[in-house]
Amino acid sequence: MNYPAIKAIYIFEMSRMRRTLFQSIVSPVISTTLYFVVFGAAIGSRITEIDGVSYGSFIVPGLIMLSILTESVSNASFGIYFPKFSGSIYEVLSAPISYVEITLGYVGAAASKSIIVGAIILLTANLFVPIQIAHPFWMLLFLVLTALSFSLLGFILGIWADNWEKLAIAPTLIITPLAFLGGSFYSISMLPPFWQKITLLNPVVYLISGFRWSFYENADVSVYISISMIGVFLMICLILIWLIFKTGYRLRV
Amino acid sequence: MTPSENIIQIKNLSKNYQDGFRALNSVNLDIRKGEIFALLGPNGAGKTTLINMICGIVNIQEGEVKISDLHNIKDYRKTRALIGLVPQELTSETFETVLSTVNFSRGLFGKKDNPPFVEKILRSLSLWDKKDNTILTLSGGMKRRVLIAKALAHEPKIIFLDEPTAGVDVELRQDMWEVVRQLKDDGVTIILTTHYIEEAEQIADRIGIINQGELILVKEKDDLMLELGKKHLQINLTEPLKQLPLELMDFQIELSPNGKQLIYTYEKIDNTGVSLLLELLSSLQIKYSDIDTKESSLEEIFVDLVNRERL
Repeated sequence: MNYPAIKAIYIFEMSRMRRTLFQSIVSPVISTTLYFVVFGAAIGSRITEIDGVSYGSFIVPGLIMLSILTESVSNASFGIYFPKFSGSIYEVLSAPISYVEITLGYVGAAASKSIIVGAIILLTANLFVPIQIAHPFWMLLFLVLTALSFSLLGFILGIWADNWEKLAIAPTLIITPLAFLGGSFYSISMLPPFWQKITLLNPVVYLISGFRWSFYENADVSVYISISMIGVFLMICLILIWLIFKTGYRLRV
Repeated sequence: MTPSENIIQIKNLSKNYQDGFRALNSVNLDIRKGEIFALLGPNGAGKTTLINMICGIVNIQEGEVKISDLHNIKDYRKTRALIGLVPQELTSETFETVLSTVNFSRGLFGKKDNPPFVEKILRSLSLWDKKDNTILTLSGGMKRRVLIAKALAHEPKIIFLDEPTAGVDVELRQDMWEVVRQLKDDGVTIILTTHYIEEAEQIADRIGIINQGELILVKEKDDLMLELGKKHLQINLTEPLKQLPLELMDFQIELSPNGKQLIYTYEKIDNTGVSLLLELLSSLQIKYSDIDTKESSLEEIFVDLVNRERL
């Protein structure tokens, strides 16, 4: 294992977070605060409780997940797309570094960034509403696995994208709608039966449900199904990345 | 030459791009340890494709490349660690500082941090003062130097310089060649492509000429200059001639349009014709005021060879 190479990529990617501190840290904190103002204070005052949890507290896991998903995808996709765009990818491709190590460096950094953002949102939310974490280990497991799997997805999208528009399409048109419709701000049991079934096709439902369970022990679906779904999603992403590197898709001609 | 003395061995290397363009056609080439090898060729000849295939950036379809007797794909960890590449395009992370991007390159090639060594490289390339500048703020020439520093950061044994002096001013260019000479003195093998053929003429030990994906010639530079180089003898006449005398027709000689000069072209390795010509001019009572000789440059040899291929 070429550890110095993994470390070099990781540090290089994390330094981008330092350079864009406002965008990386302050921006998610501001948007979370706005969500609390709009959904917590304005709308939440009209919704009493969901499954015995106040509405403001109820949306915290969903808000964290929403940020984790979008941050993971955008960080990882930008991380690999920018060297492709600038041409500096030649250095990674000509270095004595395996596909696994390249992925670990880029995806590890992207996942770390989104976990940091998730933690900041959790701390910010704690200023507004009371939060309890019933199962800290599971909470951490969901957080890390979700960040990893969506960073892998972002990495794939960054390799696939051959222009800036494509890079922006996936987070805007796929990830954000799935996250909003995945139960970030409501329990799927509040939906009519038909839409409850349709919603189950949304993979994000399982992530948010499992993550919320680790906080309040309330879940829309079984926690084991949630963790299995993340596992399946993770495996699909890993297989796709293996195929990309095996064929050199959009990286080596 | 035994295999161990050839640090790079290329056998039957071919490349077809997806659009059907055949960029390389069965290239065979050995690069000797410690030499400076200049690869010349017109635009689109296949120089960059060849370099990128050796470095692992472009997939190999046919043929094989060995670096230090190791297969460049199967043993990629060992072989790539030996190579530093300075690409043709000015490609680097725009918002990073010079120091961080060079440190990144060193780490990427599996080397632990070595601040004194990185400082030495940056100083040798006159980049130390700019170490905290972002790449964005540097001139084209300085960016080129950063790419060289990045390529040297992991102490490679082989350096590929793909058009290293493109867009670089004369002073920087000379400094850069000084670095190249220093690298050669340190035992580093250097493969360069350049459009400044006079630079190849000055610095290279061997010359390879590639055209339309085929390596059409590989020679010691001195031998190439001697074998393919021509000399031109210009004789300035005292009285202009109206036409070339019949007696001079056996020589490869031309009369200038104003009739004041005779230009005799001869092979470098066979200059016996000069004395015969001068004797003949005396016997024909053709008087001359001055004689001047000029050798073919590598550029003229290169253009001549490429044109011959096209015919």
